[in-house]
Amino acid sequence: MKITLNNRPETFESTSMTMGELMRIKNFTYKKIIVKVNNKIVEPHEYDSTILNENDIVVVLHLLAGG
Amino acid sequence: MDIQKLKAEQKLLKAWSYDWHPIERGYNNRTLYINVGSNEVSEKPVSQEMKDKFVGGKGFGLRLLWDATTPDTKWDDPENEIIISPGPIGGITQYSGAGKSLLVSISPQTDSIMDSNVGGFFGPFMKFAGFDALELQGKADKDIIIYLDGVNHKVEIYDDPGFAVDSHILGEELTELFAEDEKDAKNIGIVSAGAAAENSLIGMLNFTFWDSKRKMVRLKQAGRGGIGTVFRNKNIKAIVARTSGVKGNLNNVANMDMITKVGRDYAGEMRDLDDKQNQMKKKGTANIVNVMADYDLLPTHNFKYGTHDDAPKIHSDFLRDKWFTLGINDACWIGCAMQCAKGADDFELRTGPYKGTKVIVDGPEYETAAGLGSNIGIFDYHPIIEANFYCDTYGICTITWGTIVAFIMECYENGVINKEITGGLELNFGNVEASLELLHQLARGEGFGKVAGTGVRQMKKLFIEEYGADADFLNDIGMENKGLEYSQYVSKESLAQQGGYAMTNKGPQHDEAWLIFMDMVNNQIPTFENKADALHWFPMFRTWFGLQGLCKIVWNDVTPEDNKFEEEPHKIPKHLRNYLAVYEGVTGNPLDEAGLIRQSERVYNFQRIFNIRRGYGLRKHDAQPYRAAGPVTVEEYESRAERYDGQMKDIIGIDPTGKTTEEKVAITRKYREEQYEKLLDAVYERRGWTNNGVPKIEHLKEIGMDLPELIEVIKPLQ
Ligand code: SF4
Repeated sequence: MKITLNNRPETFESTSMTMGELMRIKNFTYKKIIVKVNNKIVEPHEYDSTILNENDIVVVLHLLAGG
Repeated sequence: MDIQKLKAEQKLLKAWSYDWHPIERGYNNRTLYINVGSNEVSEKPVSQEMKDKFVGGKGFGLRLLWDATTPDTKWDDPENEIIISPGPIGGITQYSGAGKSLLVSISPQTDSIMDSNVGGFFGPFMKFAGFDALELQGKADKDIIIYLDGVNHKVEIYDDPGFAVDSHILGEELTELFAEDEKDAKNIGIVSAGAAAENSLIGMLNFTFWDSKRKMVRLKQAGRGGIGTVFRNKNIKAIVARTSGVKGNLNNVANMDMITKVGRDYAGEMRDLDDKQNQMKKKGTANIVNVMADYDLLPTHNFKYGTHDDAPKIHSDFLRDKWFTLGINDACWIGCAMQCAKGADDFELRTGPYKGTKVIVDGPEYETAAGLGSNIGIFDYHPIIEANFYCDTYGICTITWGTIVAFIMECYENGVINKEITGGLELNFGNVEASLELLHQLARGEGFGKVAGTGVRQMKKLFIEEYGADADFLNDIGMENKGLEYSQYVSKESLAQQGGYAMTNKGPQHDEAWLIFMDMVNNQIPTFENKADALHWFPMFRTWFGLQGLCKIVWNDVTPEDNKFEEEPHKIPKHLRNYLAVYEGVTGNPLDEAGLIRQSERVYNFQRIFNIRRGYGLRKHDAQPYRAAGPVTVEEYESRAERYDGQMKDIIGIDPTGKTTEEKVAITRKYREEQYEKLLDAVYERRGWTNNGVPKIEHLKEIGMDLPELIEVIKPLQ
């Protein structure tokens, strides 16, 4: 399936995945993150229940700007 | 050591009294000048223009240094100065992170203007004693100790009857000497260096803070650029400030309610959110060691790679669970709710002159863990903490030392240098014993350690000239720009961060701009225009902390719950608004975001022109070593071949199939180097500079910084 992640096209072999799976695949481990799917905020407790669909626009904003 | 005996032997060389008056809305409106060569002590008024144009902190330091030196002044000339200044907000306790000082000097490493920020008690205590900045000039014949007595309002200069050199002992000795009793220890703030600062160009300065829970002196560091070397070259052993106690409103701020309101709110965020966010109170800044490894950004083996199979061994959880003492207030200035100045207690040293002693080690912070760990191939916290301790007490910068040792190790493994040259030290990546011995040699001023203490730039020259090293290779892998070593992040995959490092005024420290996540991971700034905007806004915003006496960490290491609803969440807008409120609360002058950026722009451009005045500060000085931009070697390329091949196909538009790795390295390099030049073009334009990186006269006029002495420098370069 194809999605847009942080403004870049991404293709995955599986036909569906959850937001939680995407976070694990991409190894997004940082805690201070804002996640939006199709412009709707997804809270951390919703990651595993949020199903991503073909052509979804996903934004994972890491709030890390250094010490 | 018998302190009382030393006290009896100590000779007073100079005593100078002054009239104290309270701070007015964050300013004393005067600075203190001490010439340690002639023992002249005097005060200088701070004009309204100086406050308007230079604000305080780094701004004051730069102004004073400009006036005190000529374009030809060298770092070890008596006329070079060290200026310490906190800024108008410095010293308040009602908002977190308001105890920072900025140090400014001509650097032994870069031959240009260095600034470095530091916490600890000295800066605020100096302010409470009556001065917005301390200007140190001249060179003493032999070691002296300067005492700024804010209780009796006098300055005294003493000779040194033989106090320790290394900071962890000297700090304790001088606290005992100058505090009336144990309760008074909290009123003492000390600046000192250490043995290695004397024998190198990379000396740093320790600023003490009294840890009332542990009842001991702790150390914070003004690390970058060799200011500790300048300090020891002036034969200053230590500066001590004493205050009569930190009470509610010593800054006599304009509106305390404004400050306490946002200060309490911020403290509440730390209380409620820190544990589920960065765990600053448990891990300090080192919380990101594993994050950096996860995102391929943790410098490993002299910045070749961004992670390593052994990286999990230095996961920050080990610091929290094994090394750091928890549940203790580790604030380096009073009132900081972030309390990130973590310490490893009862750490038993295995090497060096203090072997077998149990000490407290301040840190490791992230930079130290990466610099003294992964970047030199060490994935074990014990030697990292041991090296951290010795760098601190010897008075050298852990960031600089890490990058130096990493460079040496890569040279050693490539046969550029050998055991004969290193005096028998086998300086392979990961060699704990050899790397620690190198550090001890430096402190003793001996052997190859002394060579290492000259820094990467000098070593490149030596290895090329004396040992026939390949200049191109060394220039590619020697991670320095402007003569300063890189701090500890891999910038290869973030063009914006490459600019964030190499376009800095002082050299590649991440305190101007840290854009890796915004650029590489979030992809928020894809165009040159976006990157240029970021490389304008962030350096200006972050410069502002150094004008005010504020700590940058507080700004974004905890994020408010509702930050996700903000239009520009990466700026942590609520905290930005807090700062505007704190500034107005202290000075009584309203400030908006544009005004904040403008304050910084004036000082930032002044610093750029100061570099130009000294023969630097042009486009060619913003060049980066290729290791900061891309894979230098075949092994680097092949370690991430999928990534680089993919980029070649999708971004550069060349099919990598059938090409040798050497060819692919060359294609990638050509592309990345062109990208960097385009970035310079875009950023210079955004900053109001010429294509050669010189501020334009009309830009100076626009920002109200068209001072005649600046115009004189840049006019021929327009
Ligand atoms: S955030 Fe950390 S470094 Fe900054 S002032 Fe607070 S304790 Fe010190």
